[in-house]
Parts: sequence; C-alpha cells; structure tokens
Amino acid sequence: MKPVNQKAWLLILPVLVCVAFSAILPLMTVVNYSVQDIISPERRVFVGTEWFASVMRDEELHSALVRQLGFSLAVLAVEIPLGIALALSMPAEGWKSSAVLVIVALSLLIPWNVVGTIWQIYGRADIGLLGAALQRLGIDYSYTGNARDAWLTVLAMDVWHWTPLVALLCFAGLRSIPDAYYQAARIDGASRLAVFRYIQLPKMRGVLMIAVLLRFMDSFMIYTEPFVLTGGGPGNATTFLSQYLTQKAVGQFDLGPAAAFSLIYFLIILLLCFVLYNWMQRVGTQDKETGHA
Amino acid sequence: MARIDLDLAHAYRPDPREDSDYALLPLQMRFEDGGAYALLGPSGCGKTTMLNLISGLLAPSQGSVKFDGLDVTQASPQQRNIAQVFQFPVIYDTMTVADNLAFPLRNRKMPADQIRRRVGEIAEMLELSGQLNQRAANLPADAKQKISLGRGLVRPDVSAVLFDEPLTVIDPHLKWQLRRKLKQIHHELKLTLIYVTHDQVEALTFADQVMVMTRGRSVQVGSADALFERPQHTFVGHFIGSPGMNFLPVLSQGGVLQLAGSSLPMPAGRLLPDGEFKLGVRPEYVRLARTGDSGALPATVLQLQDIGTHLLLTAGVAGQTVKARLDPDTLAPAVGDTAWLQLVSEHSCFYRNEELVA
Repeated sequence: MKPVNQKAWLLILPVLVCVAFSAILPLMTVVNYSVQDIISPERRVFVGTEWFASVMRDEELHSALVRQLGFSLAVLAVEIPLGIALALSMPAEGWKSSAVLVIVALSLLIPWNVVGTIWQIYGRADIGLLGAALQRLGIDYSYTGNARDAWLTVLAMDVWHWTPLVALLCFAGLRSIPDAYYQAARIDGASRLAVFRYIQLPKMRGVLMIAVLLRFMDSFMIYTEPFVLTGGGPGNATTFLSQYLTQKAVGQFDLGPAAAFSLIYFLIILLLCFVLYNWMQRVGTQDKETGHA
Repeated sequence: MARIDLDLAHAYRPDPREDSDYALLPLQMRFEDGGAYALLGPSGCGKTTMLNLISGLLAPSQGSVKFDGLDVTQASPQQRNIAQVFQFPVIYDTMTVADNLAFPLRNRKMPADQIRRRVGEIAEMLELSGQLNQRAANLPADAKQKISLGRGLVRPDVSAVLFDEPLTVIDPHLKWQLRRKLKQIHHELKLTLIYVTHDQVEALTFADQVMVMTRGRSVQVGSADALFERPQHTFVGHFIGSPGMNFLPVLSQGGVLQLAGSSLPMPAGRLLPDGEFKLGVRPEYVRLARTGDSGALPATVLQLQDIGTHLLLTAGVAGQTVKARLDPDTLAPAVGDTAWLQLVSEHSCFYRNEELVA
C-alpha cells in the first residue's frame, strides 16, 4: 500500500473556516430556530417538526408557491427565447457591436429598487409613459388595482431588467463559434434554420445552461422589484415566496415558521436547480440508440 | 463535375494600389475535370483565398470564375455545388456520424433510401461504418476529420471537392493513411480535387499538377518532376526539395561561364546571352569531383551531416554556401578540408530576375 499523506487537508482548512462562518453557521442558526418556539429571548420551547408541518399546511404559502412557480416559468419562457433572438440580431463586430453591447447592458447596471421605482412611475396612469399611453388607447390599465395588470407589469419589469443578461451570455456563446462552421454550413447547403438548430444552438448550450439556472434562481428569489412596485398587491396577487417569507419573519416576527419555511424554500431551489441542470446536461448529448440516415 | 477556369485577382482592401495590397495577384488557371491539383505555398501566400474564391465563400474583387464555361462569379457555394473540407474538423455536435454524413444530401432533398445507400458507401470508404450510430461529438480528432472529409465526398454530383490543409490536425501515421485514402477515392470517384497545403511531400504525392504560390502569385504549375527539374522561378527551386536549390551568381561571356573566379564551359545544348545570371543547382546534382577536375571548383567543407539515407555536405564556394546530397557510401572529406565540387551539368538552371531563362 502507498503511504497516505493527510497533510493536503490543511490546504483546504482556510476555505472550510470561511465557508463555516459565511454559510454553515448562519444556516445552522436557521435550523435552530426552525425547531423551537421562541416566545422571548429567554423562553424557548423545543417543538420538533411542528413548524414544518404547519408551514406545509399553510394555504397562503401554497398559493404563493404556485404564483412563484408560474412567475419563474413565465420569466424563463420569455427571457430565454428573447435573449437568444436578441443575441442573434446583435452586430458581430465593429463599433456597432460595442455600442449595442453597452446599450443592451445598461439595464443590468441599475439597482433593483431603482428598477422598481422606474416601473412604478412608468406604469402610472396619470404621468407614466406606459400607463398614460395605455389609458389614451382606451385600455383600463392599473397595476395597483388590477391583479392581472400587476402581474404582467412585474413580469415585463423582470424581462426588461434581465433579458440583457441572457442576451450577453448568448452573444458570448455565438462569438466563440469558429467561422469554419458557418462556411461548412454554406457548403453543405444548410438553411438559416438548420444553422441555428445544428450549429448555433448546440454551441450555446453551455451558456444557455448558465442563463437558465441564473434566471431561474434569481426569479425564484425575486423580492425587491415587486416589493417596490406593488408591495405584493393588489391583495396578494404579486406576493411571491420571498415576500411572504419576509412578512412572516420581519412583519409578524414568527421566527420559527419563517425559519422552517426558509429551509423548505432553500431545498426547493436546490432541488429544482438540480433537476434542471441534469436535464440540460443530458438533452442532446446522448448517443442515439436506434436508426440512422 | 466541372472544368474550372479562373481569371481573377483579389484584394481584401477596397482600393488596392501596390502588389502587396493584393491577397491574390491577377492570374489565369484552368483546373481540368477530374484532375487532382494541389496549391502549395507558405502561410499567407493566398492559397486559402484562392480556394474560397473557387468555392464561392468569397467573391473576387475583379475577374471571373467559370465552371464548364459558365460564369459563376457571383454564385453561392450551394449554386456552384462545391464541397469543401476545412483545416479543423467541422462536425455537427448533436448529430450522429450517419446524420453528419447525410446532412448535405438532406439539405438537397435527396430521397431517404438513396441517402442511406450513399452514406453507407462513403462510410465504408472511410472506414467509419462501425461508428455510424455514435454521436460525432464524442469521437477523436482524426475520426472527426474523416467525417468532414466524408461530408465533402458524399454528394455524388459535386463540381469539385476542395481541401484546405485537411490533415493538419491528424497524427503523422494516420496522415499517411488518409492521404492514400484520398488518392484512392480520387481514383474511384473521378472527382475534381483541389488540395491546399504547405507541405511539399503532401502536395507532390497527392496531386498530378501542383501550383506553387508565393505572396499572392502563382509562380509555377506543373508536375512534381517539372517542379524539381526545371523550377520556373527561384522561389520554386528554393521551396521544393529538401534542402532547396543552391543559387550562385555567374557571368556569361561568349559561351563561357565565370563562376567563383573560374571559367567553366557552358553545359551542352544551353544558350545564354552575355550578362549576369543566377545559377541554380539542386543539392542532388552537386557531385564530388577529383582534385583539379575540369569543371570542378574548390570548396571548403563547413559541415557534414549524416541523414541516414544520404550525407548532407555544406561547403563554402567563394563566399557562397552550397549544399550537396551525397551517397552515404561516399568517402566524404572532413570538415575544414577542401573538396572539389562539380556544380554545372545538364541539370543546371539559369535565372535572371528570379525567372528561368535557360
């Protein structure tokens, strides 16, 4: 047998310490809260999985979860195709390319709460460009009064804010395709659609995977923008999971249920990302089992 | 299949003034139907530009391209029905090997059963039959390049197949195999093949006719033998052969050559006007002579290398360096000694302004 040298573990010790303080210990605090009823700082009662059980039965939470899933799926369904389309239509080189890149990236530089404020004003029926224009067209639009309008406005805001990220990632992916591929496609007589389907899309799979995961996680945790824009309303039409969580933890100071829910929330994101990642890894990379030509 | 006529020039910049502004200087060339051609030259000599002009990936800035007498200057690669294989393997990642090979045929709406038959034939030829159902993306580089070659050869009715240094990424021993394969395929399919390379061995073994290019200019088109024996341009003499041709300044005066201070008789059958010329001698045709032989010149031996199949002798003749390939059994002189070399013979070439005159 080879002599085993365990000294290498020392090299990862600093990382372990950092991660412990930044992630593991805070997470353990949450775990700690989730199994206790904290009546006052001095009086705590161990309640086991009771909070988890009650959170799982919470009707309000269920509807927030459904809203959240719907929102995240809508975000992906709009932003990914739109981002790809945008990247395909961006000029590839020269000063135009640089100019377009800067313009496209602008919305990414704006702080979340400012984005919310921008759209709040933009959508106002009296002075906002969007709201007033829709009113003039005879559409009774109000993101504060109408649940559907509020929902669409939040979605539009997220699309406006984050599609550029998808576009930039896809643009980078497209630029990394060597010219020879396009030349070979011309020689092979491939149509524009075939070039997209068989060259551009496969070559973008890596960046698309990153884009999908980033947009999914971020939209699943969305908080600031709808908080500023609609405050979760009207009613709770735009109350997504993180806002619901904040209401519970900070608004009502129900630390136990909030902690239990945080953990569930965390696990949902982890699970969905895992599923998404694995699905995207597999799609289009496996050997076909049957048939050819 | 088609006969291809080029009469063109190309510059990448819009207003070419000097020769150096051109990627390809004005040239005329005919590629006969069913021929195997090679474009040979160092990097940046315009060979890939020429290939892209033939395939239609690029339109010439002046002049025309004709296929069988028909002007196709503005036609797309698809209209020209050209196949081209690139330096680095291009494969469609998401497809199987079979789908990759079938792709050009499917794009041209060939019936499925014909496609299957054709793909089968080409795969057989390139020894890819066992891998038809594998994903192309997971194969090694040489198999990928074979797929690229296959996609170039799969269409039975192509005007020509163009190869742009297709074996650069292939291991040497596979290179040899693939080159033989290509030669064999050319024999079987009777396609017009044009092969771009900077490797003279590759060009000379593959092609019937080799076009040697330098700095956007075609300096000679000919068979391997012609390029070796009678280089039309000093560049060809220098570029073809290993090592390349020796060049020495000579003075012709009334049928006598003045070379390195000695007077030598003109080789039989050659006529040179009076004046200064460059004498070109292949290292293969430099012979070791006995001391004081007529026509021989004294030279100082500078270096002697044993390359296995021959001895490579480097000697100084009146300040000029001359290389000679000698038989390995030759009793070679030692470094520093004086050797007598026979330079002028019936194989000698004479150049003026870099062009062959006699």
